[in-house]
This record gives sequence, C-alpha cells and structure tokens, in this order.
Amino acid sequence: VKLLARAARAFGLFWWDFLVGDTPELLVAVIAIVALALLLRHHHDIDIILLPVVTFLFLLASAFRGRRRDGTEPEE
Amino acid sequence: MSTSSTVVLILAVFGASTVEMVEALTIVVAAGVSRGWRSSLEGAATAVVVLAILVSAIGVPLIHYVPIATLRVVVGALLLVLGLSWLRKAILRASGHKALHDEDAIFATTSAELATDSSSPSSATRRDAVGFAVAFKGVFLEGMEVVLIVVSLGASQRRLGIAAGAAGAAALVVAVIGALVAKQLSQVPENTIKIAVGIMLTSFGLFWVGEGAGAHWPGSDAAIIGFVGMFFLVTMGSIAWLRTLGAPVRRPQSHIAVQEGVDE
Repeated sequence: VKLLARAARAFGLFWWDFLVGDTPELLVAVIAIVALALLLRHHHDIDIILLPVVTFLFLLASAFRGRRRDGTEPEE
Repeated sequence: MSTSSTVVLILAVFGASTVEMVEALTIVVAAGVSRGWRSSLEGAATAVVVLAILVSAIGVPLIHYVPIATLRVVVGALLLVLGLSWLRKAILRASGHKALHDEDAIFATTSAELATDSSSPSSATRRDAVGFAVAFKGVFLEGMEVVLIVVSLGASQRRLGIAAGAAGAAALVVAVIGALVAKQLSQVPENTIKIAVGIMLTSFGLFWVGEGAGAHWPGSDAAIIGFVGMFFLVTMGSIAWLRTLGAPVRRPQSHIAVQEGVDE
C-alpha cells in the first residue's frame, strides 16, 4: 500500500510539474486556445488566423513575464 | 498523412529525445564514474525497458480506442503545454535572462554527491544499489517527457512505430556519442536544439488542436511547415526584443542535483 501511495504521489507530482510547474500561465493559455478552437469551429476563416496569433501572443507574454520574474526573483 | 508532416514528426521526436538523453547520459556517466559502470548501465537499461513498455501500454490503446478528433485536441493541448514551455525557457536562455544548462556543472555536482555517499562505492564489476538507482532515476525521469512526446505525436498521427523508432535512434546516437566523448556533453548545443524542438512541438500542438476542433488549415498537413516558419520568426524576434531590454548577469545553472525531478 505504501508503495502504491508513493507511486500515485509521484505520478501526481509529475503531472502537476508538467502541466503547471513554474509557468501556470501557459496552462491557462492552452486552455484558452483549446476553448477558442472549439468556439470557432464553425467560423473557418477566423479560426485559422486567430489561433496562431493568440498562441504567438501568449508565448510573448509568458517570455516577457519570465524575464521580469527572473530579474527580481531567484532561479526557477 | 503527408511526407512533410512525417519528416517534422521524426525531427521533433529525435530532437526532443536527444536533449533529454544528453541530460540523462550526464547522470549515467557520473554514476558510472563514481559508483561503477555495471550497475549504472544496468539501471539505465532497465529504465529504457520500462519506458518502452509505457509507450506500448499507453500508446497502443490510445490509437485503437479513443476517437481521433478527441485524441487530437487532447494531444494537441499537451504538445502546446510542452512546446510553449520549452520555447519560453529557450527564449529566456538565448536572450540572457536565464542561465544556460551546464552539463559539466551537473556532472560535477552529481559525481560529488555520489562520492560522498555513505555506502561504499563498488568496483566496476560488482553491483551497486546507489549507482543503479541514480542511473535508473535519471534515465526514467528524463525519458518520461520523451514518452509523452512519442505517445502524443505517434498516436495523433497514427505513427507510433515511427515516433518510437526516432526516439530510440536518438537514444542510440547519444549513447554512442557519449561513449566516445564521455564528459564533454557540454559541447552539445542544447539550447539551439531546444528552440528547434520547441518550435516543432508547438507547431504540432496548434495544428492538432485546430484540426481536432474542426479547423480547416490551408494546405492541410503542409500548414505544419508554415507554423514552423512562423514560430521561428516569432522566437527569433522575441529573443532579439528581450535582448534589447537588458539581461541580468547570471551564473550557469549548476545546482541541478540527482534528487531533482524532470528538468527539461
């Protein structure tokens, strides 16, 4: 039982670290991108433009946020 | 599925596996030098076998039982999380806002920790539990992201065999190079590979999320190549932009210990 509990905890920690880690904004960004893709699934001219643009903007925002945070806080 | 997207898939899996395996090899070499090669190589080989079993156990059912549209949205989202995360870190490192990964420092730290371990190191031919565990953990943790990438890309394109083959080839290449150059893993241009892989993972992720949701990308699969080009431009632009904002002076990252989890 202890071994199973430890394995479950390690599994949970892995996914937490993978999905959230030190960049929770990226998880929020991906949820927003998926939601946008589903919302725009019947608007074929808009989704092919909006989805890449929104992804670029989230990447830029996250990198900018990382730069500000790295300049003021210890190493992630 | 077109040839171009298969080529990008192979490149993405091969690149991601190369980066992760270089990190794993650093730990295996450190364990081998400090605790004996037999146990560290056995630990690494066991981890590879467990990872291969995971790919089969997760990937095959995914391909056969999950509807393709759902699979593509979920897989696309996972690839986006992973790709954007890699790209963000690579941009920060390339622009000087985050310390570069230093394999020499990791090797030195790992070796020092293993050398000071209270249990006595064994000779090259005897089994050593610490060496086995450290090598196993290093390869297993670094390999978990490779498993995710192989399963995600392989399942969404119905190309699990090709994806697994590309990952295996990367592991083999890194192992051979590692055997030849041993402690000179810092010569591998890790951040450059990470930028390339991050771009490809993000491109695949965006493509599959849209495709799974019902978007009709111009050029179908060829849109992936277009995304790769656009993300390349955005990444280079971001690096140039962040460099103009001034970077704090940073020391190389040297504190990654054996006990830490996945550090991509």
